Amino acid sequence: MRTNGTSPADLVLQAACRPALATRHCKTTGPGMSEIQTEPAAPVASPAAGPKLPSLMSRRWRGMLEAVAIPAGAIFVSIILFGFFCAVNGANPFAVYASINKAAFASWYAWQETLVRAAPLMLCALCTAIPIRLGLVIIGNEGALVIGGLFATAAGLAVPHASPLATQIVMAGAGMLCGGLWIMIVGALKYFRGVNETISGLLMNYIAIAILNQMVNGPMRDPSSLNKPSSYPIPDEKMLQPIGSTSIHWGLVYGIVACVIVWFLVHHTTFGFKMRTIGGNIRAARIAGLPVGSVTLIACFIAGALPGLAGMVEVAAVNGSANESLNAWYGNSGILVAFLARQNALAVIVVSILLGGLLASGGILQRVHHLPDATTLVFQGLVFLVILFSESLYGRWKIFQEKAA
Amino acid sequence: MKHFLSSLLIAATVACAALPSPTARAADDITMGFIYVGPKDDYGYNQAHAEGAAGVAKLPGIKTVEEASVPETIAVQETMKDMIVQDGATALFPTSFGYFDPHILKLAKQFPQVQFFHCGGMYVEGKHPKNVGSYFGYIDEAEYLSGIVAGLTSKTHKLGFIAAKPIPQVLRNINSFTLGARSVKPETTVQVIFTGDWSMPVKEAESANSLIDQGVDVLTCHVDSPKVIIATAEKRGIYCCGYHASQAAIAPKGYLTGAEWDWTHVYSYYADAVKAGKTLMDGSIPHLVRGGLKDGFVKLSPYGPAVSDEAKTAAEAAKARFMDGSMVVYKGELKDNTGAVVIPAGTEMKQQDINLEKMGWLVEGVIGSTK
Repeated sequence: MRTNGTSPADLVLQAACRPALATRHCKTTGPGMSEIQTEPAAPVASPAAGPKLPSLMSRRWRGMLEAVAIPAGAIFVSIILFGFFCAVNGANPFAVYASINKAAFASWYAWQETLVRAAPLMLCALCTAIPIRLGLVIIGNEGALVIGGLFATAAGLAVPHASPLATQIVMAGAGMLCGGLWIMIVGALKYFRGVNETISGLLMNYIAIAILNQMVNGPMRDPSSLNKPSSYPIPDEKMLQPIGSTSIHWGLVYGIVACVIVWFLVHHTTFGFKMRTIGGNIRAARIAGLPVGSVTLIACFIAGALPGLAGMVEVAAVNGSANESLNAWYGNSGILVAFLARQNALAVIVVSILLGGLLASGGILQRVHHLPDATTLVFQGLVFLVILFSESLYGRWKIFQEKAA
Repeated sequence: MKHFLSSLLIAATVACAALPSPTARAADDITMGFIYVGPKDDYGYNQAHAEGAAGVAKLPGIKTVEEASVPETIAVQETMKDMIVQDGATALFPTSFGYFDPHILKLAKQFPQVQFFHCGGMYVEGKHPKNVGSYFGYIDEAEYLSGIVAGLTSKTHKLGFIAAKPIPQVLRNINSFTLGARSVKPETTVQVIFTGDWSMPVKEAESANSLIDQGVDVLTCHVDSPKVIIATAEKRGIYCCGYHASQAAIAPKGYLTGAEWDWTHVYSYYADAVKAGKTLMDGSIPHLVRGGLKDGFVKLSPYGPAVSDEAKTAAEAAKARFMDGSMVVYKGELKDNTGAVVIPAGTEMKQQDINLEKMGWLVEGVIGSTK
């Protein structure tokens, strides 16, 4: 983390924000900003903050332990609750756990399935995980994915003579640009007009889906796609190929790389510091002279570009053309992942893989245990509720607390 | 290895079929995998297929595996792969239209010994892998009969049709329903509302209410799950005709009849063929299988209590003509609802006519537009 004050503004800012950052959960108090919990604000101003190094170390250690123990405990509790659900439905819970493990993680075959499903979740989760640093709860992930996929297809079709690599670059660029602009609209509505970003993002999902349907039914429609209106297809040789001999496509690599870059951006750059400051206390950030508007717009652009890229991958690696299948609601699963990961970009990787594994095991629950098809949804819902509840447990246990200084 | 396994299974299958004993051991059973895009109890498209799967599961020597609510994404590829590798399925029935391209095509290349049967009739000779086949029914024949019953039951002569998208399959159902109704009551109109997507319960309920407010007294639909529409019609005290599966249980008073699939019949045909060692690859199972009332692909729901004897007689008379093959629904001169002639006088388009599969118009008597 970059803590050596880079500008006088940053120093003022650190002073202004200290009270807010010292508490484990900064409630944002800016006008109209929603109250959300942000990542533990570890030592932002370490040289100036005062405590002796050993106690600081110990606090960080205990804090980290808390941050791991509580979600892990929550997942454990939800697994037990899910076991009751299975038992009520006539399946042996332990056999179900074994099947989930078998279908998700027990072999390389299972791992491939898990990773294939995890790939789009990572990119979609970042759409929620980035703006939340600013105190914005954006759930327009699906819209950005759909718009990104649609315009990536349009761009790919617009360059019929380009080489496969060039086509993919053009598609990825168009997908990221359009997805980014889409979420930037949400950020701009918030910043300039005070429109609630959660509601506008949610509603813009439906606008995006309507645009997709309009385009594939109208201007972009391949007339030979009679009963499932689709755009013209991207030629096979220009599609994103799987990695080596696996069934995993390159979307997974994009997802992991994006998570690492975002993590670095948020935690180790001045820009990330500005974002977290705005999210921590927007008034203090304004007083300190931070460019709240441009940071908001840029952060929203990055947030939207990533699901836009996920949309491009869906077209270029899976579907081959734009049609209603693009709207498979990966975006909503992304919101779940972002919250489970407590908005930490590196944790997003892990949680996406866990959720991917859960999704991959949905089939075996139906085929072997004859559980209803909504079972994975029930499990996801349980995990989500328990995790949200567990948020209220932070700071409740002495063992995770700093010893009296 | 996978190929080896599946060829082994096929070999086992063939060997089993050759045995005279009717009680084949479970290990020699043929495994058929069924995949649905929505829940199995949706009172609609998926339920119709699930009922078909339940029908073949009763046959000796057949084992079925099922997975419901599988989206048209890479998830369906993984499901197909699991059914092949883990459950040993040798014949797959991924039933949603959107599973075909690219998902089934991709898997079919990976598993050339497994047969993929897709509902929708999209197979093109020479273009698609040899182990892919498709099947579909001329359900508009049953729609025509539904239209006759609706036309003779309606007192306002205004019928309502709530549809998902203006695509050829849907337009053909609307047109056949309308032609059926107008064949017995020429003054009948059919008001159409397109909701824009396959499953939009809220819009479907709103559309149903709005049509009823405009004086429509028989409602039907072409969406994935007719449940909401049928329930709304019953609640408002009007009549309705079902689609996909029977919704009579939802509307015991107002349900007249409905156009239903009979997938049990179709899947039993495939089960017998596969059990007898026939394959798509060697051509002993045709790549395109289609049929209507005559072939048992589609059927009419049993008539409800509100259907008059006159309506039953008229519908049965038309049905008899479908059964003996003398009925032609689309024949000239036929105008669309803008007044343009779409089928010139003297031209007959039989059910198999490829031009009917590109239908982009609404027949005279329909109020609505495909745009």
